[in-house]
Amino acid sequence: MAHAIEKPTDITIPSTSLFAKLPMIGGVMAVVGLGATLGSAFGENKARAMYAYLFGFEVALTVALGSLAWLLINHLVKAGWHVVLRRIAEATVMALPVFALLFVPIAAIGFHELYPWSHEMDEILARKTWFLTPGFFFVRAALYFTIWSALAWVLHSNSTKMDDESDPSKRASMTGRLITVSAPGLALFALSSSFAAIDWVMGLQPHWYSTIFGVYFFAVSMLSFNAFLALVSMGLQKAGVLKTAITTEHFHDLGKDVYGYGVFWAYIAFSQFILIWYANIPEETEFYIMRTQGGWQYVSYALPVLHFFVPFFFLLSRHVKRSRLGLAIGCAWMLVMHVVDLYWLIMPNAGLHGGGEGHHEPHLAVSYLDVTALIGFVGVFLALFGFWLNRHKVVAINDPRLGESLAHENY
Amino acid sequence: MSAATKKLWGVLAQYENPAQVYTAAERVREAGYQKWDACTPFPVHGLDKAMGVPPSKLPWAVLVVGITGSTFMLFFQSWAMGNAYPFIVGGKPLFSMPVFVPIWYEVTVLSSCVTAFLANWVMNGLPQPNHPAFASKAFERVTDDKFFIMIEAEDPRFDLEKTKTLLKEAGASLVEELED
Repeated sequence: MAHAIEKPTDITIPSTSLFAKLPMIGGVMAVVGLGATLGSAFGENKARAMYAYLFGFEVALTVALGSLAWLLINHLVKAGWHVVLRRIAEATVMALPVFALLFVPIAAIGFHELYPWSHEMDEILARKTWFLTPGFFFVRAALYFTIWSALAWVLHSNSTKMDDESDPSKRASMTGRLITVSAPGLALFALSSSFAAIDWVMGLQPHWYSTIFGVYFFAVSMLSFNAFLALVSMGLQKAGVLKTAITTEHFHDLGKDVYGYGVFWAYIAFSQFILIWYANIPEETEFYIMRTQGGWQYVSYALPVLHFFVPFFFLLSRHVKRSRLGLAIGCAWMLVMHVVDLYWLIMPNAGLHGGGEGHHEPHLAVSYLDVTALIGFVGVFLALFGFWLNRHKVVAINDPRLGESLAHENY
Repeated sequence: MSAATKKLWGVLAQYENPAQVYTAAERVREAGYQKWDACTPFPVHGLDKAMGVPPSKLPWAVLVVGITGSTFMLFFQSWAMGNAYPFIVGGKPLFSMPVFVPIWYEVTVLSSCVTAFLANWVMNGLPQPNHPAFASKAFERVTDDKFFIMIEAEDPRFDLEKTKTLLKEAGASLVEELED
């Protein structure tokens, strides 16, 4: 099969496009947003600011982790369809090393405010001290970031090196290396991302536990990343890049992924809920009881409807997934719901502990700090994404499976 | 088994590769034939487009029955658990939406899948134990490495000689008459 494929030529981002300016725009957003949030972390609103910081951190981190899982899965199964889209994921995944730096404020400034187990003790927590100790917590965090950064670097460098490699046998061996790394990589990813979710989000409420929590975060990651990927692909085409390489067939598949992970999210979220609801054990129900009080009940009831039923019926039709406008609306909607979902997971805990008076009622009150944190982290994320996207060709031009991807068709 | 008792069913044409059968399908479609079909050893991308096959109605059947099954099960559970046989389980209220959801979900999936399976058979005219093309020795290779187009004699545009010529000109390596 030595067919000469017609490689795309529109593979550099024009310097006038929005994508070329992303590092600058994102940088400004990051400085303003994170500056305002962290600035408040040194004042009266310290606890609240750190919750907002963690919320923004998780919103952006899950998208980046989604890109890592997406790459690992596609390499592992030797997928052909994804090649024209892969460089976008490779630019996203390179944001991960920087998250180690962004984690520092959580560990150094907000540790006490965020994680009650760092200074509280009771019978339940006493049983968990082997796991929930500051030393072990920081070692684990370092381990997660090491795994993610190493995987991101291997996936990115092997792929981009192929762009300038003229020897097909070397390119084949690089592709082989990507596949070889992906098998243990995926296992490491599954463990590290699950434990990261448990450490950083479940740990906000250390009495509570849910064994499906890591899977929940996987669903959140894949859903948000696929939505992001579809939107970026459309944006790149608007900017005059990969106009013919990414076809309706690829968008249709991305739509299916967004749709499927949306259903997966609902399945996991409901599985978590029904077991806790049915067993009715105080340690477990606490999580949902908090979220049916002080205004949070509206978010709790809105999530299944707006995060599941509405996009389920909206994206159900093949025609919607194959239409650019339909898919763009669906993906933008999913990303908004992704933010709401993480807000609902993290924020009810804010103000419950560390107030000195013991237990406080959860209360839904959006703070300007939530907005600044979100702006800041979206900015950091886009800046890093833009930086890596502009640094290399927008498509893996020498990938052995590029032809397969260009000719990709759905049944 | 004499040929005289048999009646002409249609014409079978063999092609050597997917590209040939693709262009041949386009020509048959352009000639305006209605009752014809293509058979290949594996799915040929875009062949349905070349043949001018309209989008399948199957999704609509699945959607309608899926929604019906889904709605029915939700009401059935509410009625069964709340009215017909009120029974307290685990100290939960009689109308406990969360416990209904798994069954609700499963019946939605089940009714959709069974509909997809059965409607697929009905729309494809299955089961069909025999087909005139099975008599052809050449047609046996449809599961291996040959590609076929058959045009039925019932087609209003069918004309034995003209149809044969059309298929041959489209690149057929073999054209056979099929009898019913």
